[in-house]
Amino acid sequence: MGSDVTAPVTVESINPKVLKCEYAVRGEIVTHAQRLQQQLQTNPSSLPFDEIIYCNIGNPQSLGQQPITFFREVLALSDHPALLEKPETSILFSSDSIARAQQILSSIPGKATGAYSHSQGIKGLRDAIAEGIAARDGFPANADDIFLTDGASPGVHNMMQLLLRSESDGILCPIPQYPLYSASIALHGGTLVPYYLDEATGWGLEISELKKQLEDARSKGITVRALVVINPGNPTGQVLAEENQKQIVEFCKNEGLVLLADEVYQENIYVDDKKFNSFKKIARSMGYGEEDLPLVSYQSISKGYYGECGKRGGYMEVTGFSSSVREQIYKVASVNLCSNISGQILASLVMNPPKPGDASYESYVAERDGILKSLARRAKALEDALNSLEGVTCNKAEGAMYLFPQVRLPEKAIEAAKEAKKAPDAFYALSLLESTGVVVVPGSGFGQVPGTYHFRCTILPQEDKIPAIISRLTAFHESFLNKYRD
Amino acid sequence: MAKALDYESLNENVKKTAYAVRGELYLRASELQKEGKKIIFTNVGNPHALGQKPLTFPRQVVALCQAPFLLDDPNVGLLFPADAIARAKHYLQLTSGGLGAYSDSRGIPGVRKEVAEFIERRDGYPTDPELIFLTDGASKGVMQMLNAIIRNENDGILVPVPQYPLYSAAITLYGGSLVPYYLEEEANWSLDFNNIRQSIASARSKGITVRAMVIINPGNPTGQCLSEANIRELLRFCFLENLVLLADEVYQQNIYQDERPFISARKILFDMGPPLNKEVQLVSFHTVSKGYWGECGQRGGYFEMTNLSPKTVDEIYKVASISLSPNVPGQIFMGLMVNPPKPGDISYFKFEQESKAIMESLRKRAHIMTDGFNSCRNVVCNFTEGAMYSFPQIRLPARAIEAAKSAGKAPDVLYCLKLLEATGISTVPGSGFGQKEGVFHLRTTILPAEEDMPAIMESFKKFNDAFMEEYEDYRGYSRM
Repeated sequence: MGSDVTAPVTVESINPKVLKCEYAVRGEIVTHAQRLQQQLQTNPSSLPFDEIIYCNIGNPQSLGQQPITFFREVLALSDHPALLEKPETSILFSSDSIARAQQILSSIPGKATGAYSHSQGIKGLRDAIAEGIAARDGFPANADDIFLTDGASPGVHNMMQLLLRSESDGILCPIPQYPLYSASIALHGGTLVPYYLDEATGWGLEISELKKQLEDARSKGITVRALVVINPGNPTGQVLAEENQKQIVEFCKNEGLVLLADEVYQENIYVDDKKFNSFKKIARSMGYGEEDLPLVSYQSISKGYYGECGKRGGYMEVTGFSSSVREQIYKVASVNLCSNISGQILASLVMNPPKPGDASYESYVAERDGILKSLARRAKALEDALNSLEGVTCNKAEGAMYLFPQVRLPEKAIEAAKEAKKAPDAFYALSLLESTGVVVVPGSGFGQVPGTYHFRCTILPQEDKIPAIISRLTAFHESFLNKYRD
Repeated sequence: MAKALDYESLNENVKKTAYAVRGELYLRASELQKEGKKIIFTNVGNPHALGQKPLTFPRQVVALCQAPFLLDDPNVGLLFPADAIARAKHYLQLTSGGLGAYSDSRGIPGVRKEVAEFIERRDGYPTDPELIFLTDGASKGVMQMLNAIIRNENDGILVPVPQYPLYSAAITLYGGSLVPYYLEEEANWSLDFNNIRQSIASARSKGITVRAMVIINPGNPTGQCLSEANIRELLRFCFLENLVLLADEVYQQNIYQDERPFISARKILFDMGPPLNKEVQLVSFHTVSKGYWGECGQRGGYFEMTNLSPKTVDEIYKVASISLSPNVPGQIFMGLMVNPPKPGDISYFKFEQESKAIMESLRKRAHIMTDGFNSCRNVVCNFTEGAMYSFPQIRLPARAIEAAKSAGKAPDVLYCLKLLEATGISTVPGSGFGQKEGVFHLRTTILPAEEDMPAIMESFKKFNDAFMEEYEDYRGYSRM
């Protein structure tokens, strides 16, 4: 009897929103790269390159970046507090890491790092984060406004879940955007309302463009609930100017939008003439308080100079909402009980690192600055290399971890792509992979002005690999253009 | 201009969602704690919060993985045994850059292989690591599966009553319909197939397409270990009714009697042979939060898919990839749990000692608590055969029920609030889990330390018997 009936869970019968959502960062190209990698393992000389270099994802430690020693010392001690009772521990661990671990453990009820914590995260850690935010911005922050999450992504999902009631609810998102936003909006049944960043002006964000898209959406019956701003930008790497940020704050306030500020790259700034300003700081400096602007600010431990992606730590700072809305945010967080404790601890360390005078301060600064300076050098080297390619223009990576060059593809290449049933930039990226082993993400995965083609490449491979990547990329690009020359 | 996001303009499904485990009672208990009252939190299965110590070996391994530079230090042997050092190296080698790198979105392949080997040893049937996805706690896996299954409010999920309210919360959040089936309290919370058949028929008559069935074995909050016969009938039922079985088996290590050991739904499915073993769709969940590990804060879990089509698995993978990867330390805890120290390993003796002590104590506490509740007036309690909870039935007198109505509260909520105020014991009212109409329970855990148990049960008995004395009506006049 059962064998005549189709199985209850098939692609035909699963949630259509699941079918609809996409996430190119780990999509088709990556799967293909993994297959090629396996091929190289069994048959090392079967391809024109001897290793796959994953430039598709902001995953620094997978490409050789080292973690910050002090942070890992504190985590090891927190994970195995029995160490703190042993005299030998002071031989292997710095004195300030021991002190910090003790302080953190005493803020955890029963010193039990294996227990579910408060659903917003351990109070003592949130206090440390609030202090860190206040020190960064010069405006106070409240521990009760902070929700510690398994990475910043779950916090984004939470807000989308709260905001999106139906397809008639829209969220303004930058194009190009990090596709967590498009995927999350699709999963929660809402509508993405695109606003285009201006490539010609260094990926500038024009308020006129925001207004235009907002009005357009409203005329189609969409209730626009929120504005997503990614600063520094992903994939675009621009750092917003203060004036621009003030205009954005005014815009949200006047139009009744929640501002969702993705600030996970706040510690990745590579240019001297730009500075990170949190949207909270900007709003408060304009005299806007809680009653004026609903704002959710996202931070993560995955990026910056710490790059602790695998730990899944981050937080959202939620301000400007009524207590009844905050109760609902809390309630949704409580269903999952709490985020992982190790990630919570790391978030408090990131927002409250060693200070001058601390035993680990100098080595911490050396590690931090070493990583950031290297990132800046790699960003420049890759940017220059890309700009030297025929038909390729690449805006500066002022911040974040990516380059997003535009490639002018010849007509013949576009036709070949059509025949292969691939988006033209996906076709280019696949050819790039097959010739060089370098994995990038096609611009179509992020959104782009129709008729333009891009790809996103991280700046993360170790410095000594960069020259080889550049020469392989250059050789490939030349041969690709020659092959499809008009 | 209306506020951008106010209560009225919230997603309705969010507003409808309830999760009592951290709801009214817990919030009140937290308030009282802030005011200085001593609170015994028995509202959530959180062993380490009640004094259970972490097992030593996994903490040693993960600490070394956190700080790999220790492995290069000649003095590392002063602090860590050789097998912990070896195991840390093993796991670091399986990662793609240590604990700080996103892993494969399904989890580290080497750890998933260890999970597959564990399942094969446990059940006697091989399994494919590609069908095992590691998650940030089992809850995330449950939510992913329910999100994949539920299309709209006409999709129903059969859920046991009483149930762990993750299921009701997730179904509400995703806009589906909860189709309840009642466990038989008088028959040790076993499955009542007549009731299940009635429930599904009733749902279908309302136009609901019942898609899946949840079982929790061992049960939460009910603590029963299902019999093999029950599970066999259940699998046949799912086969005939075309349901995917969601088997929450997170308490599989927590067994306090010997008559009904844990047998996984998957093992029984394969024992039943064709056509069921190839047709019945099954998703099994496990975690590092429970058992004798109790590592709730690590957020480590997995789900294993059986008989789901490759295309479906791909879609689930796709959704997992949006969150990039589960946390790597939690994955390593999972690897260690399924692949613990073996006889002959340096750390084996201590590991065995620690584990046994916890299990023996839990078994004792299961008895202490059950017996303690059964000695109280108007309280009847099934034995906690497994899991971590006690779910006594409180036979509330009519006047107590009326008092609750006047206070605008569910009767068991009122009882639990009064219990909290009088004794500091923070429980979760049975209404948070679901129960038959007019029957009241509360859920507590068996986790308070063994030496504290007698005093806790004494304190409860004192409160309960006084409460019953106050609200019972022998003398025909109100004592209020």
